[in-house]
Amino acid sequence: MGLAELRILSPTAILGYGFPLESLERGLRDEPDAIAVDAGSTDPGPYYLGEGVPFVSDAAVERDLYYLLQTSLENEIPLLIGSAGGAGAKPHVNHLLALVKRVAKRLSRKLRVAVIWSDVSREYLLERLARGDSIEPAEGYPYGGLSPRIVKESIRIVAQAGVEPFMEALKLNVDLVVGGRSVDVAPFAALAWLRGFDRGLAVHMAKILECGAIAAEPGSGSDGMMGVLRRSEFEVYPLNPRRRATRVSVAEHALYERTNPVREVVPGGYADLADAVYEEIGGGRVVVRGTRWVEAERYMVKLEGVKLTGYRVIVFAGARDPDFISRLDQLVNEAIKVVEDVMGREGYRVEVHVYGRDAILKSWEPTPQPGHEVGLLIDVVADSWERAEAVASLMRSTLMHIGWPGRKTTAGNLALPLSPSEVRVGRVYEWSIWHLLELKDPLELFPIEEVVVG
Amino acid sequence: MNCVARVKLSDVALVLRSKNAGPYIVTIDVILPSSECLHEVATVLTKELVARAYNIGIDDVLSVHVYEPSLAIKVNIRRRVPAGSIGDTDVYGAQQHIPLALLTLDLEKCVPRVNA
Repeated sequence: MGLAELRILSPTAILGYGFPLESLERGLRDEPDAIAVDAGSTDPGPYYLGEGVPFVSDAAVERDLYYLLQTSLENEIPLLIGSAGGAGAKPHVNHLLALVKRVAKRLSRKLRVAVIWSDVSREYLLERLARGDSIEPAEGYPYGGLSPRIVKESIRIVAQAGVEPFMEALKLNVDLVVGGRSVDVAPFAALAWLRGFDRGLAVHMAKILECGAIAAEPGSGSDGMMGVLRRSEFEVYPLNPRRRATRVSVAEHALYERTNPVREVVPGGYADLADAVYEEIGGGRVVVRGTRWVEAERYMVKLEGVKLTGYRVIVFAGARDPDFISRLDQLVNEAIKVVEDVMGREGYRVEVHVYGRDAILKSWEPTPQPGHEVGLLIDVVADSWERAEAVASLMRSTLMHIGWPGRKTTAGNLALPLSPSEVRVGRVYEWSIWHLLELKDPLELFPIEEVVVG
Repeated sequence: MNCVARVKLSDVALVLRSKNAGPYIVTIDVILPSSECLHEVATVLTKELVARAYNIGIDDVLSVHVYEPSLAIKVNIRRRVPAGSIGDTDVYGAQQHIPLALLTLDLEKCVPRVNA
C-alpha cells in the first residue's frame, strides 16, 4: 500500500503573507512531496467576493509565488493553492492566474496548471430549488433555508470545493493546482487522500498546516510548518528553528476560528479530534495520534454568496466638550430627525459609533462610560453615492451646529480631522447565501481545466 | 483553610480571546492554567452567566464547551450583527471577549496571574 510517509510543506498562512527564505530552504531539505498554501478566507468580510477583488496585494502574492514556483519546479513537486485570490470566484482565480503568468515569464518557464473553478450560477440553484431540493442554512445563518428570492438577489456565488477536486487535479500531473473557493484543508489533504492515507489524520494535519506557523510557539502567520503523515500518526514541526511545536500549541490550534474544537468538517465527513493525543518528541516536533475519520451520510458543500447593500460614505469626527459628550445620544437622535425631515426615511441608513465609549461592543459593553474625548464614526450606507453623500454631509453639519439649553460652544461641536470630511469608502455587501448544498458527485460543481501558462 | 477569592476571569486565564467562527458566530476561548482551575471555572461559567455578562438572551449563547487537551473553555455566541454588515464594528470579531474578561468569579483553585 504505497509509501509509508508523506511530507507536505506549508510555507505561510495565506499566500502573500510572506515567509523567510531560509525557512523554505530548510523545509525543502527534508524533501516534501508537495507544497500547499491557502490563499483565502471569508474573515475580511463579504466585500471581496462581491467586488471580485483580492484582499492581499499583488506585490506580496507575486513575491511568494515566485519563490514557491521556483522551488517546486526545481524539486519537481506540485504546488497546490486553495481559494485563489481570496474569495475564489472567477475574477479572483483569473487575477491569480495573471500573477502566475508574470512569474512564469520571470522564471522563463512554461507551467502546466490545473484550474478548479468553483462558481455557482443562479440558474443552477434556482433549478435545484424548483426540483424541490432543500438547501439548508450553514452554521449560524439566521434566515433559514435558501429561497429563490435570495438566489436572485445574490450577485456572486461560490461553492467550497472539497478534497476530491484537488485529487482529480493532481492526477493530471501538473506543476501547479489553482483552486477556486475551497475548504481550507483541501490542498493540504489531497495528496494524502490520493495515496490512501487515513482521511481523518490527513484532515487533522492539514488543519494545522493551513495556518502556516500559527500553531507553533511563538506563532506566526508569516512562516511555515512541515507535516509528515504516516499510517497511524502524523508529525508537525516549524520550518524555522526559532519556533517549536508544543503539545499545547498544536492542541490549542483546534480551537482556532471554530465553534467545535473536536470536529474538522469537510465535504463528505469529518476528522474527529476527541481522542487525539499529542506528544512532544523533542526538537520542537509534535506527534499526533488517535484522530478518527467519520464518513458523512450525505456529501455537503458550503455555498457562499453576497448581495449589494449599498454605497458607503463616512465622516469621522472628534468631540472634547464635556457638555456635548454628556448629552451625545440625545443630540445624535435630534440630528437624525433633522436628516429625516430633509431626506425622508427611505433609501439610506445612518449608524453612529461612539469610540471611547461603546463603539466596539455596543449593547454588549459592560462599562459604557465615555472618556474625556470621544470619536464619532458616522457611517452612512445608501442606495446611491449621491444620497449617501447628501446624508453624511447633512448629518455632519447638523451635529456640528446643533444646540441645547445653556450651550456655550456656539461656534461648533465637532473636531473634524479630515478635509473633505465626507469620505467615499466603497460599495457595501452582505452575506446572503451561507448554505449547505448536497452533491451526488463531489466534482459536480467544480470543473477542472488544464492550461499552459507562460 | 478556605481560600476562595473573588477574581477577574482575565486575571486567571492564560489566554482569553475572541474571533469569528463564520460571519454569524463569535467564538471565545478561555485557556486556564490547570485542570483543577478549568473544572472549577467550567462549573460556574454557565450559559446563564454568559448571557448576563453580554446582556443578551440565553438563546444567543449557542454553547459552552470544555476542551480538556488545551485546558480550554469555548463559548459560542450569536453575533450582534453579521460580520461586515451595516452596524458591525468588529469585522473579525477580535475584541468581543471583554464582557467575559471582566467577569468576577469566586474561585478557589485558580491563582490570579499578574502580567509582568
